[in-house]
Amino acid sequence: MEPSAGGRCSVFSFRSCKRSPAMPNWSRRLFLLSSVSSTLLVAAAKRLGLVRGSAAEAPSTSAPEVQTAEIVLTVNGADHRLSVDLRTTLLDVLRDHLGLTGAKKGCDLGQCGACTVLAGGRPINSCLTFAVMQQGKTITTIEGLGEGLGEGLGEGGELHPVQEAFIRHDALQCGYCTPGQILSAVAFLNHEQEPTDDSIREWMSGTLCRCGAYPNIVEAVKDAARRVDGHAAVPL
Amino acid sequence: MQPFRYSRPGDSREACAAGAQPGAAFIAGGTDLLPLLKEGARVATGLIDINGLPFADIRHEAAGAWIGALSRMSDAAADNRLRQDYPAIVEALLASASPQVRNLATIGGNLLQRTRCLYFRDTAVPCNKRRPGSGCPAWDGQNRGNAILGGSRSCIATHASDLAVALAALDARVVLQGRHRRRQIPLTEFHRLPGDTPDIETVLEPGELIIAVFVPATACSRHSTYLKLRDRASFEWALTSAAAAVELDGNRIRRAGIAVGGVATKPWRLPQVEAALAGARSEPATFRAAAELAGQEAEPRQRNAFKIELMKRAIIGALTKAGNLP
Amino acid sequence: MKNFIGQPVDRVDGPAKVRGKACYTADVHPPGLAYGVIVAAAIAKGHVVRLDTVAAEAVPGVISVIHHGNAPQLAYAPMEPRSMVDPKVGEALRIFQDDAVLFSGQPIALAVAEEPEQAAQAAALVRVTYAAEAANSDFARASQTARPPRQSAQPWSRPAELRRGDADAAFAAAPRRVDASYEQPAEFHCAIEPHGTIARWDHDHLTLWDKTQWVDHDRTAIAHVFGIPDDYVRVICPFVGGAFGSALRAWPHVAAAAMASLLVNRPVQLVPTRRQLFSAIGYRPQTVQRLRLGAGEDGRLTAVIHEVVAQTSVYEEYTEASIEPSAMLYAAPTLRADYRLAPMNVNTPCPMRAPGIVTGNLAVELAMDELAETCGLDPLKLRLRNYAESDAQKRLPWSSKSLRQCYAVGAERFGWSQRPATASGRRHGRWLIGYGMASALYPAHRAPASAHAELRADGTVAVTSAAGDMGPGTYTAMTQVAADALALPIAAVHFELGDSLLPSAPAHGGSMTMASVGSAVHAACQELRTKAQELDQRVRLPGDDRLAMQRAYAQLLARHRLDRLTAETEAKPGEEAERYSICAFGAVFAEVRIDPDLAELRVARLLGVYAAGRIINPKTARSQCIGGMVGGLGMALTEQGLWDDRLGRLMNASLADYLMPVNADLQSVEALFVPENDRHLGPLGVKGLAEIAVVGVAPAIVNAIYNATGRRIRSLPVTPDKILGLS
Repeated sequence: MEPSAGGRCSVFSFRSCKRSPAMPNWSRRLFLLSSVSSTLLVAAAKRLGLVRGSAAEAPSTSAPEVQTAEIVLTVNGADHRLSVDLRTTLLDVLRDHLGLTGAKKGCDLGQCGACTVLAGGRPINSCLTFAVMQQGKTITTIEGLGEGLGEGLGEGGELHPVQEAFIRHDALQCGYCTPGQILSAVAFLNHEQEPTDDSIREWMSGTLCRCGAYPNIVEAVKDAARRVDGHAAVPL
Repeated sequence: MQPFRYSRPGDSREACAAGAQPGAAFIAGGTDLLPLLKEGARVATGLIDINGLPFADIRHEAAGAWIGALSRMSDAAADNRLRQDYPAIVEALLASASPQVRNLATIGGNLLQRTRCLYFRDTAVPCNKRRPGSGCPAWDGQNRGNAILGGSRSCIATHASDLAVALAALDARVVLQGRHRRRQIPLTEFHRLPGDTPDIETVLEPGELIIAVFVPATACSRHSTYLKLRDRASFEWALTSAAAAVELDGNRIRRAGIAVGGVATKPWRLPQVEAALAGARSEPATFRAAAELAGQEAEPRQRNAFKIELMKRAIIGALTKAGNLP
Repeated sequence: MKNFIGQPVDRVDGPAKVRGKACYTADVHPPGLAYGVIVAAAIAKGHVVRLDTVAAEAVPGVISVIHHGNAPQLAYAPMEPRSMVDPKVGEALRIFQDDAVLFSGQPIALAVAEEPEQAAQAAALVRVTYAAEAANSDFARASQTARPPRQSAQPWSRPAELRRGDADAAFAAAPRRVDASYEQPAEFHCAIEPHGTIARWDHDHLTLWDKTQWVDHDRTAIAHVFGIPDDYVRVICPFVGGAFGSALRAWPHVAAAAMASLLVNRPVQLVPTRRQLFSAIGYRPQTVQRLRLGAGEDGRLTAVIHEVVAQTSVYEEYTEASIEPSAMLYAAPTLRADYRLAPMNVNTPCPMRAPGIVTGNLAVELAMDELAETCGLDPLKLRLRNYAESDAQKRLPWSSKSLRQCYAVGAERFGWSQRPATASGRRHGRWLIGYGMASALYPAHRAPASAHAELRADGTVAVTSAAGDMGPGTYTAMTQVAADALALPIAAVHFELGDSLLPSAPAHGGSMTMASVGSAVHAACQELRTKAQELDQRVRLPGDDRLAMQRAYAQLLARHRLDRLTAETEAKPGEEAERYSICAFGAVFAEVRIDPDLAELRVARLLGVYAAGRIINPKTARSQCIGGMVGGLGMALTEQGLWDDRLGRLMNASLADYLMPVNADLQSVEALFVPENDRHLGPLGVKGLAEIAVVGVAPAIVNAIYNATGRRIRSLPVTPDKILGLS
């Protein structure tokens, strides 16, 4: 496969590109280092064959104290023992430590709902709570919903009725808010037997969708409500 | 976010002692505190997680309801007795934030939430509430959301709680536990006006905790409602809101409790409006005349003058609904 | 056998998305990943005098704090010619190259640490001393001295003025006139996925996992920044969590991530905070538009005068096509349209869904509603009376135009005849009811694109192109096209996109992916089918049975001892754009309900009827159009950037303060398509849908608000205070 096909509007000829005279040959020197003030920059420069630069400065203040904690989190039915910086949110633990990237970071301030997970069956913004505070709670992420634990595009086990309904009603576009939407809907249907359009709209308003799939989301939730029948059991 | 120590005390004595330490902050739901810590609008060196304390119950007595400070907004909103006997509270809760936030956020924390003033939340700009003495750019700036009541030259930040407005109208009291004593004070006296010290928002002493809210059961509380007006249909703070609680005697109003939100620096009770309603017939002309009195003390800024009229209409709207309640 | 094209096929990436398995940029976690957090400027204009990083560097886990004082000078080789997505005049912001501050929120340093918490802490501890200067940050003032854009010889430059006859004289002589100014605030894309980059160097080769609508451009742009050949850079982006134009350019933070990765010799992830995103990328520029319409007593337009002032930054001239709708929408014999720029100390705006067109269309359609009233005509009748049978500006016939059918279908479905004839003429309980409508148009574009198709031993096909899918359903639509071209089942087609190593594709923007990439996929698959047939002319391929076809391909390959068979094709647009004016059209109808006491407003119904050529997938197309209407509702009612003019700073830079619609803001929303068979559009006959879907929505709603209340609101968004006439 050609890595760089012609005929595009942004054709760039390397040879014709004007380069800084300090960089006669990019293959030896990627940069002109104007000034260097940390060991790392020096190290990087050395790696690139550039050794020019001033000596590194040593940090002159003492390091602030960082607090870590050993925690146990129950996620998707399994206990995870972790050592985390106390400042780590539940969302960041799920994503960065447990690899459960189905929980999405949209705003990190509780304003979009993309990070919604279930704690004891209730939807919460996982960005709004420290992981250390969620010990003892039963956390369910999108990866733990239904039996859909398969890997890769379109593969995996059985889908939860809400997941199926989201596909059937095309209640997603970019898909980024979708895990949060689905978990929010699952929790809703766990306690709402006969949802109305308005009750769905109000409940689902905690999860923003910039693609504007809202009307389809309402249809999907209504449809799923007819099919859930206890299928939706989420650990409380 | 700067690093902090974390503790989870098992009783309130321990919690109050820890909370009195410099740099300490209580955390319960964390829904307001985490964003502030993340954006640097607040720094805490010690977080005292009070979720282990026994203040999460909602108890009903003949005299009124005790809502534990640690009960979640969603729990209170789902409480049947609260819905029957104090509908304004449940309506205010359900109009607040989102289901996800309400599942984390607590009743006590809701009363302590910090303002949504755009300048308070952005650490790159001055704010007397965040950095005392730095100035108030909201005064002549983007102040559409700011207060028309209770402000000072130092601060015109709006108190953002819906719940507090409903509680104010219902004569609620806040139960506080300190290191040395337990006390109750009316909700309307819990928050302070900004004056020259907008950074001090409540009468809480160092280490003092809200442990409960008491709402007296009255004929008024049963006939109460909360009306919230906002720029979008949900998941949004009030542009203007009103809580109305009305005790009717036939078609006359015996007593009314009126409070407004989104317009004032603290949950704002309107005694002059209540006085005008007391003894009057429950009808639109009465509502309008009484609501007119709400605007008397208003001091709008460039972009929020509309709130005077919107507030009056919110009061009328709430009264109309409360006045028609069975 | 039924074609998949035209069928409501379920999204092929749906299962991955509902499982949380679709891999977006920040989901990538290469070993050794370090985290970068930006320090953003707090002033709008001036210089950084001192940047004290001592406290920041002392934070445990901090690897480096990078800023102009220690950053390497990068090549920043100019791209020649400039890409279609970059402004033609001015220079893009160069990250950490000098001490100048051009706008508030400009990235001025980057803290890199082992853990994100440490990087954030360090960034907060960087102490910056500025020498601030008076900034130009008041749009009202800046627009007083607005000037024409500088002309550029670069391709894709836009005219700053359009002229047809003597519009001023015609307007002066017109018996019916509208002269009004319309204000539209800056609007922000606010895709829920934040922009972000993960950069990893392997010796002198750079891999970027980046949120982008155009992997090829991202690659080329970053290669220029570092002065290295294009093919030393690889950009990967299989899923985009919404973008709407914000991910067309290679923003400064992309280069910052690459620079940081090089300096710390590790992969680095850089995701600006939500607050920072409002200035890290672009936005729809604030505009004020004066529109004058002159007409005869019968409503026939005699003159259109359209003056647009739009904000841009002080370092780049971002311009839009805002004056085009006034030239194309209606058959006016005279036209004068002028585009002016107000440079300010802000970050450069950028395309946002239907850039420019939605802006110009807004003014024209609001003014047409006013003209209808002036002439005592039904707004729809007025539009029909001025129906443009050809493109008068380009002096070309339309390739096809089914707007009349859109009007007719829409009016019938919506019940337009029930429109209250006078403003505030209908009540339902406490609600005033109003109907409004607007026309919509968006020029269709197509660009060269390539695709590769590979038949495999099992009879399945892998099709690839460096295209993007930010949500419209590129994966699904391309799968349908390929499946039809090869007569295969959907499940036998695997489409892959979002990697600059794949055959080149144009920007995933401007509604051109389907026409451009779709044509390439179609051509590559057709060629592949021909090649397969040519393996053995005696075999009759069972083209009417997809499963049999898959078996037949497998047998052919097996018989010829081939493990694969490939074809790669570039599809280019023909001369159609020179012979025809090609546009998608639409008609949008809105019903609003307004409580005049409480200023509560609900958009009870939105109906969009579109003519956009062939619809490949009516299911995803409907979703896309509904989504566009939701965006248009935000434009009409809730969205606005609020700058503090004294601080030069955007104050509502959060998703709690910049209000996009929530679920509860929508009630009935429906999208319909008028069948259109346009043979001038290339093999697929499509015009594209992404942009047209947002055009016309805001004016339809605002016109409905007038019909409900009798209040002309000429400044967006229409908030409760404006409904009450209080602001």
